[in-house]
Amino acid sequence: MSYPVEQNEKFAAYARPERLVSTEWLAAALESGAVADGKLVVVESDEDVLLYETGHIPGAVKIDWHTDLNDEVTRDYVDGAAFAALAGSKGISRDSTVVIYGDKSNWWAAYALWVFTLFGHEDVRLLDGGRDKWIAEGRALTTDASAPAQADYPVVERDDAPIRAFKEDVLAHLGNPLIDVRSPEEYTGQRTHMPAYPEEGALRGGHIPTAASIPWARAAAADGTYRSRDELEALYLGEAGLSVGDDVVAYCRIGERSSHTWFALKYLLGFDTVRNYDGSWTEWGNAVRVPIVKGAERGSVPA
Amino acid sequence: MTTHDLPAPLAEIVDDFQALTEPERLQLLLEFSRELPELPDRLKDHPELLEQVVECQSPLFLTIETEKNDAGSANAVRLYFKAPPEAPTTRGFAGVLHEGLDGLSAAEILAVPDDMPELLGLTRAITPLRMRGMTAMLGRIKRKVAASVRLHS
Repeated sequence: MSYPVEQNEKFAAYARPERLVSTEWLAAALESGAVADGKLVVVESDEDVLLYETGHIPGAVKIDWHTDLNDEVTRDYVDGAAFAALAGSKGISRDSTVVIYGDKSNWWAAYALWVFTLFGHEDVRLLDGGRDKWIAEGRALTTDASAPAQADYPVVERDDAPIRAFKEDVLAHLGNPLIDVRSPEEYTGQRTHMPAYPEEGALRGGHIPTAASIPWARAAAADGTYRSRDELEALYLGEAGLSVGDDVVAYCRIGERSSHTWFALKYLLGFDTVRNYDGSWTEWGNAVRVPIVKGAERGSVPA
Repeated sequence: MTTHDLPAPLAEIVDDFQALTEPERLQLLLEFSRELPELPDRLKDHPELLEQVVECQSPLFLTIETEKNDAGSANAVRLYFKAPPEAPTTRGFAGVLHEGLDGLSAAEILAVPDDMPELLGLTRAITPLRMRGMTAMLGRIKRKVAASVRLHS
């Protein structure tokens, strides 16, 4: 049984309002004991691996994007058995409503949500505004360890194709819309890494030909919540030039920032086919003989 | 590399980490993040005196000062760090380096192997990516110490 969907004016304008919850909604759900009875599982997913331990939403469990969701050896996500073990240990059943929140405007929370979606978890939502908004509003935090009851999660193999693009898919996709969500300096090729992340570099700088540059954070307001539907349309339909019904691929550096944009395109604007290219620039910018455009112009697909 | 190559306070910290299981190591790193001392007021009011270590995922600023000791003993190098509370991993690394190196001589700090952070046994739990921030922090301290030695010699 999934937990009731939040109704409010801002969310109602989005294509899939059931994918977001507000801090007010979550606070009320916690108050009503929704976590205690296992219907609702709150997950924190941050960039900093210790941030959860400094204080988290009461009852929330932690999932680390790197150590829990990525395979330790192959550059890939965990398989069905590992995901089932992880989810079960966090008290998540296949029919649980999962609400994910995190630091940095939900950058890593959106990434975790995207991985949950690879496994077809049906009811997974983002806390609009994430950790920072919850704290800014002075809501409850605790350092008490959460002790979720072990749940039984089935082994479901990932279904990557609908929402995940590989390098070959992107090469075949050229000519269709791409959104590059990195900083302008990365897009032009002026730098090959994100400001302050120099170790995640690439041998070549620039962007995938024809990609529109819409840095991910432009989809978020100052309080970390997603911008309104009108504002998102101005950004993606207006500035990026997407049309309703387009098949879109979003990418960044390793696929985390683009998960935030993937969420906006897929659930807030309602594009049916949006894929996140998680290989992103750390693969493309190191790959041999793939086309690259340097500079601020989008460029064209090579003949 | 073994802990024999390290100054005593740092060797002790490394031994503490190595004696623990992986989840306990993270907990210990969190304790170091809480124990990182505040900046003294004279530095608090002058952020321009600190340098940012850009390799860290979260903003980290540091500086060093040399304290004159009595004739005959080496001058003590004092370390100062600033990192926000929402970056506990970065603060934890800074806490380890502060407790392990603050007050040592320039020669002792410069002799610390560059890959010392790997001895903490955190690479798997923290991920190699996040460990690079700590290596960069140590590198920056050593560069600043080396520059200060050149200046004073």
